[in-house]
Amino acid sequence: MKESLSLVQRLSAHPDSRCWFVSWSPNGTLLASCGGDKAVRIWGREGDSWICKNVLQDGHQRTVRKVAWSPCGNYLASASFDATTCIWKKKNDDFESLTVLEGHENEVKCVAWAPSGNLLATCSRDKSVWVWEVDEEDEYECVTVVNSHTQDVKHVVWHPNQELLASASYDNNICIYKEEDDDWECRATLHGHTSTVWSLCFDATGQRLASCSDDRTVKIWKEYPNESGQGDLSWKCVCTLSGFHGRTVYDIAWCRLTGALVTACGDDGVRVFKEDETASPDEPVFSLAAQVTKAHSQDVNCVAWNPKEAGLLASCSDDGEIAIWRFQEEN
Amino acid sequence: FIKMSGGARLENANPVIFQRSGERLLTASEEDEDVHDPIDDREIFDILSINDPEHPLSLEELNVVEQIRVQVDDAGNTVGVEFTPTIPHCSMATLIGLSIKVKLLRSLPDRFKIDVHITPGTHASEEAVNKQLADKERVAAALENSSLLEVVNQCLSTRTI
Repeated sequence: MKESLSLVQRLSAHPDSRCWFVSWSPNGTLLASCGGDKAVRIWGREGDSWICKNVLQDGHQRTVRKVAWSPCGNYLASASFDATTCIWKKKNDDFESLTVLEGHENEVKCVAWAPSGNLLATCSRDKSVWVWEVDEEDEYECVTVVNSHTQDVKHVVWHPNQELLASASYDNNICIYKEEDDDWECRATLHGHTSTVWSLCFDATGQRLASCSDDRTVKIWKEYPNESGQGDLSWKCVCTLSGFHGRTVYDIAWCRLTGALVTACGDDGVRVFKEDETASPDEPVFSLAAQVTKAHSQDVNCVAWNPKEAGLLASCSDDGEIAIWRFQEEN
Repeated sequence: FIKMSGGARLENANPVIFQRSGERLLTASEEDEDVHDPIDDREIFDILSINDPEHPLSLEELNVVEQIRVQVDDAGNTVGVEFTPTIPHCSMATLIGLSIKVKLLRSLPDRFKIDVHITPGTHASEEAVNKQLADKERVAAALENSSLLEVVNQCLSTRTI
């Protein structure tokens, strides 16, 4: 089996600026990007190429750091260094600003929608994670502020099928949160990385979590029932990928269709890892399946698998560009 | 990112002043326009003529930056600069490091990866400062703060003596 990662298209997404993040819509037809130019752009396919469909310019006063689609695909949330999170509603082919979530003391680093569509999580340099509830009238209300990290929180991600949240921080740790009596609290802290944890993602079933760090490694964590048999969660690091990345690993994504892992690195590379099917689930083995060492001319900040089209991948960089790739396995 | 205090007392009132290095002597190869000059440590060092935030002196004159503590790999696209705060509890250390980083980011081609850190053993909070300087998201957000950017630009402005 020979694998390859080939370039489909390069887009000059955020000119004279850096592109911080890309996110595919749930049906895989649109790609949202955001960057240092304070804008959010929406990209769609026209024939064989990707073109810019919308530019959402006036939502933020500073860098837009991340964007996230709601599970239904009708809403887009954008998180900004201006300390706010903007919620956009898709109306036909346009997007209008619905509401602005305020409250964080400084830069919002991430926003994520829960699979149910009723909850949203944000995190910030103010060290907190906020959980917001949205009702049928599109009203947003903060239900919990959790302060489990001792430093800047870089990323939050929801479990694919449980009401469980995970966060990654400059304090080198990962926190796992569950709801207890209408309040969200930290149920587990995962230690292991020796520097800032930049990003996290769950696998398709949510039994495993992958994290990536400034320590140049990727770690795979697995959930185990607690020894004492009580409800609490226990996560163990079952695999560490080291020696593959030359600099900080900024992002990681786990394909829900194929199980492949992809990383975004500060050494300008994009790397795809595949799991060895014969290894024990308690000691998984991942090997490098394909890489593009010079995927961009500068740091790669984000990678995202298309949720519907297996092998289709988007990456973005400090050079302001988005690249679309095809990961193929040929027999 | 940094707390700027408005106090009037200088942290280091009597710094030791070092001599400035002389003009660079050009070789024949360097003078030839058709030959690509790889960027070397002297060139980086020359880029780093930066003002100290407290004194009307340059970082070179205070020995905060030295040519020997500049590491350049032109082919590998990396530049490393170690800087030495004049005193171990210098609260300007993050600001100085940030100024060095910004000067290099503005002066060098985009292909370069830039690492700025404190000379090991010379500062009480060197790990914390180094971690902030290495975090490009923190640096980017800090530079969007107009008052901090103003202070950095003052450190980087060409002085008229």
